[in-house]
Parts: sequence; structure tokens; C-alpha cells
Amino acid sequence: MFNSDLMKKLSNCFGPSGREKNIRELITNEIKDYADEITTDPLGNLIVRKKGNGKKILFTAHMDQIGLIITHVDEKGFLRFSNVGGLKAKEMLGLRMVFDNGLEGVICKEELKNNEKLSMSKLYIDVASTDKEFVKKNFRLGDMCVFKSEYYETEDCVVCKAADDRIGCYILIDAIKNHPATDNDVYYVFTVQEEVGLRGAKTAGYSINPDLAIAIDVTATGDSPDGIKMDVKLGGGAAIKIKDNSIITHPEVKDLLTYLAEKNNIKYQYEILEFGGTDAGAIHTSREGIPSGVISIPTRNLHTSGEIFNKSDVEECIKLVIAAAQ
Amino acid sequence: MFLKELTELSGVAGCEYEVRDYIKSKLREIGCEFYVDKLGNVIAHNKGRKNKTIMVAAHMDEVGLIVKHIDSDGFIKFDAVGGIDQRVLNSKAVLIGENKIAGVIGSKAVHLMTQEERGKSLPIDKLYIDIGSTSKEETEKLVSVGDYVSFKSDYVEFGNNLIKAKALDDRAGCSVILELLSMKLDADFYGVFTVMEEVGLRGAVTAAYQLEPDFGLVLEGTVCADMPEVEDHNKSTIIGKGAALSLMDNTTVYDIDIVRNIAKIAEEKNIQYQYRTSSAGGNDAGVIHKSKEGAKVMSISVPCRYIHSPVSVASKDDYNNVVKLAKEIILESQKGE
Repeated sequence: MFNSDLMKKLSNCFGPSGREKNIRELITNEIKDYADEITTDPLGNLIVRKKGNGKKILFTAHMDQIGLIITHVDEKGFLRFSNVGGLKAKEMLGLRMVFDNGLEGVICKEELKNNEKLSMSKLYIDVASTDKEFVKKNFRLGDMCVFKSEYYETEDCVVCKAADDRIGCYILIDAIKNHPATDNDVYYVFTVQEEVGLRGAKTAGYSINPDLAIAIDVTATGDSPDGIKMDVKLGGGAAIKIKDNSIITHPEVKDLLTYLAEKNNIKYQYEILEFGGTDAGAIHTSREGIPSGVISIPTRNLHTSGEIFNKSDVEECIKLVIAAAQ
Repeated sequence: MFLKELTELSGVAGCEYEVRDYIKSKLREIGCEFYVDKLGNVIAHNKGRKNKTIMVAAHMDEVGLIVKHIDSDGFIKFDAVGGIDQRVLNSKAVLIGENKIAGVIGSKAVHLMTQEERGKSLPIDKLYIDIGSTSKEETEKLVSVGDYVSFKSDYVEFGNNLIKAKALDDRAGCSVILELLSMKLDADFYGVFTVMEEVGLRGAVTAAYQLEPDFGLVLEGTVCADMPEVEDHNKSTIIGKGAALSLMDNTTVYDIDIVRNIAKIAEEKNIQYQYRTSSAGGNDAGVIHKSKEGAKVMSISVPCRYIHSPVSVASKDDYNNVVKLAKEIILESQKGE
């Protein structure tokens, strides 16, 4: 059964890269009764351990989401910003944004001169206030904001912001709660700052130094009208990554995940992503090298306020994570 | 302040020995323990009260050029080392190699420029260095392929406490660390002078790996865009408005609690500060915070107009504010339990 309430909470929780405090607290509360050990490292990664004497296995999902950082506040209530993670100027116009303090703004543009290209420095956030004191008091340089968007679901799919990678967090939370009987020493890590360059995973991979690492993250799909050419589709099951820009999955890890899926009747598909990267990219080159792979959740409209994924794919991913933990 | 001496030395990335030798001699004068690591980073240790391991870093290297070809008429073709502002190269005086052979950067005469070329800056492959030689043989007696080339630019004080020099990025940071080390603070920290920042934060990778800092404080010369025509929201930093605290750049998202806390320290101690509002660029903090198990980091900078050119301009007041703020941060971090 898909836990809509949990996914809704995860999606709506504020946590752009470098500002993961709220989402870390939310996840901690969810899993604290199920963990043997919970720690936070210097960068803010949340490390949840289920102890064992066997092999060290690391699962990661990143807590951070894309957003904007305020770089200038004028007294008329207009904010200038820069992107935190992969967001393009042409995709931002008209978006509603929400800050950690709950206040909102709308992304607008200056009038463009003849043929002038839309760039980030031509955009601003209108915070809908003519009160100078209000603006000064509530908006500071360095504040971040994220998409404002309503969670919505149908019988089989979910539409929300930050499915990248709160759905990965959802899967790990579920796996922690249903952790199998095993000798393995399993680390479930909720990483920081993936969207700005796989930064949290780098230090987590180093400090845990596992025998096997598997990142859980979203991937693009090829099933939308005139979309990218790619075999992954919604409803096709857990996607076992073969490669992206950050990693070529260790063949033994790919084979292991395939074997586990077939043995346990888990629906799966292979994924070759021609762009992007995940935490596994930073982990597999840590220290002397760590065999690593990725289980992906097929997701449409990545890095928009309306990312769409399929609930049955999520169930398959959870089964595969639990099988791998065992 | 050691800025005059430091900015008049050559130290293009990968060839920092002049700067390193100067810093070593100063450290001996100060009486500070140090060693040089395999990549050439200078790692000095100020011993004192200690709660955590603090690494204060500034890079010794500067952007510059490297000789890649000598043509049959004795002219020198070159490539950039680090992010040179290519618009400024033409007609500049340079110094080549260990013997500081004087040269000027030239291009074909203006009356031979095509309509497209006029009024535009020339790309590197259209430029050459002229050392007054008339043959390949003559040039080869003085210059070899692989020699580093730095800008020739004097240190000049002018205006309202302003400085014009080359390589303020990041001799400003190096000078701040030398000042901090000479204060003999009762607070433990490593003063690290890194190599090869301008070509990809390379020295800081190995320095942080060795030191395993809990906290990395990076001192920089940073971009300043307070010129006419630039709208307020694109100014990055403003000269004379104080030490610039970083919020985010291409290599680091700074921990906002640390940033706000440092702003608070600055306010309490009456140290003028501003925020660095551009998220472009990057510095050694980007690799320090990701080293091994991770570290907290902060960057504080002296705003530099015309950065990465032979005529960078900075304010001595901003510089002094960086010295004061860095000192307070170190003392605060190592205060007793």
C-alpha cells in the first residue's frame, strides 16, 4: 500500500541543497524507532545503521531538492536569485516559490529588449508586498526558496515537486521499517547536496567505506510525446542502472540486482541515461573503489514542480532494496 | 601587510616557487613551524589552545600564460594557465621564465584587421609575445617551450586607500595568513598556502587530505563588479564595503548557520562586512569540505576589481577587515569549552 501521507510530507518539506535541516528532522522522526544507530556527519548526511557482522552495505537517497538562493533584495520587494541545482531561466517564468518561513513569491521577468535572450539576471521574484519593513524583515541574502506545488495523485501515479529524490527517501524509510533478518551491516544514508554535485555522498562513501553501495534515485523516461530516446517507462518496474554520466555500474552489481529481481519476481527494466548522475558516481571512486549500482524510479518532468512517478514502480524498488539488504 | 612584495613575485599555477620561497623566509622570521608537501603547498602551524583542527587556506598561484611554440621569426605563441580574462591580453608587458625575460603581447596592426575583428578582443591564438628577437635561434637562447609567463605590473597605491597590482587573487589571502601567523595567537590553526588553485583547486585537495580539518577557512581575492552600467543586483561585491562573506559558489553551498554566525561576530566586533552575492566561481573551500569524512567551511574575501587581469584593484580597508574578521573567527573557534 502506498503511503500517500508520508510521500506528501516528504515532498512538501523544505530542503534545498545545503539547507536540509527540516527534511533531516522529518526523516529522523520517521525512522528513529527502527534504527540501531543514527548519526549526522559534518556535512549533514543522516546515517541510519542496522547493525550486523556481515558485509557492509550502503544505500543512499538524497534529501536535498533543487531551489533558488537570494542574491539581492531591493526595498520595493523584488528579489534577485541564482539557481541551486539544475534549473534553467526559460523554465522558471511564472513559477510560485515558497521560503522556509512559509512566505511566497512569483518569478517574473524584466521586459526584454529586441531579441534579448532570457537569462537568470533578467528574472526576479515578486514577494507581493509594498511594505518596505516587511520585505527587509523577512527576506535576506542567502535565503533559499523552492517550488510551491500541490501534491496530487491518481489511482496509479503521483504528481509532486521534489520526487527527485524524496521518493528515494520514501523507499529507504520503508526499507528501514521492513529491514530483513540478515547478518549484513546495513547503512541507510540520506545524503545532502546531491543536486549541486554529489557532495554529501562523497564524504559518506568515504567514512562508511562499504563493500557494496546502491543509490536510490529518480531517472528520466522515454515514454512522453516526442521525448528523449530511452527505454525506461512508467509502470515498467524498478530501473536497474547500467550507466549515466557519473557511473558505469559495476557488472557484478548489475548482475546481482538482476538476479535478485528475477529470483524474487520483482518487475525490473534496465536504464541507460545519457546525461545526469547520482550519488553512486561519487561513491564508487571513493578510497580504493567501491562496487556500486543504482536502483532508479522512472520519473517524468524531472526538475519541474510537477514530477510524475508510478506507485507500482515504487513498490518494486522497495522489494529490490530489501532483497539487496538481505 | 605583505602585499607589495607578494604581488610583485611571479607565481603562475604550477610554478609557485618564488612565492613559496618568500613565504618560507617570512615564516622563518616569524618563527613559525612549517613544512612543504609533495605538491608544493606550504603548511605552517600556529600552536595554541585547541578545540578543533582549523585549516586557514589561501592560494599562492596566479593566472598567467605558458609558452607553447616559438615561430621562425622568434615570436612566441602561448596558452592560458587558469581563467584569464582574454579581453585584457593584447598590448600587455610580460615576464617570461626564471630569468624574467621582458616581452610584450602583440597582434597584427590595426589597419590590417578585418571588419569583424575590429572593436573586438582578440582570441589567444591571434596573439603572440614579442621579446625583440628576430629569429627562432635568438629566442630559444632566452626562452623555452613550457616557460611560464606572468604579467608585469607594479604595486601602486592610489585613490582612497586603494591598491593596484596583479595577482591580488590570491596574494591578498596569503598576506592575511602571514599576518595571522605573526600575531602568535593562543589559538591553534594551520596556515596553508596552496598551489594550483586556478587550474582546479588541486593543491587544496592534498592539503586537506593531510590535515583532516574540522573547519576550513578560505581567504580569497574575489570578483567585484561595482562598475558603471552594472545593475545593483549583478554587483557581486562592492569595493570598500568590507570583508565579503560567501553564500554559495560553483563549488560550495556554505552552511548558513556558520555564515550568519560570522556576520554576527563581525557586527559585535564592528568589522565591516558584505555578502558575496554571485554564485559563480569557486575556490579551495570546494574541495576542503568534501575531503575524507567532510568538514565545515567558510570563505571570506577581499573584493578585487578587474580580477585575473594585470591591474586588479582592491581596498586596504577591505583587506584589513578580512584580517580582523579571520582573527576573531579563529579565536572564537578555539575558545575554551
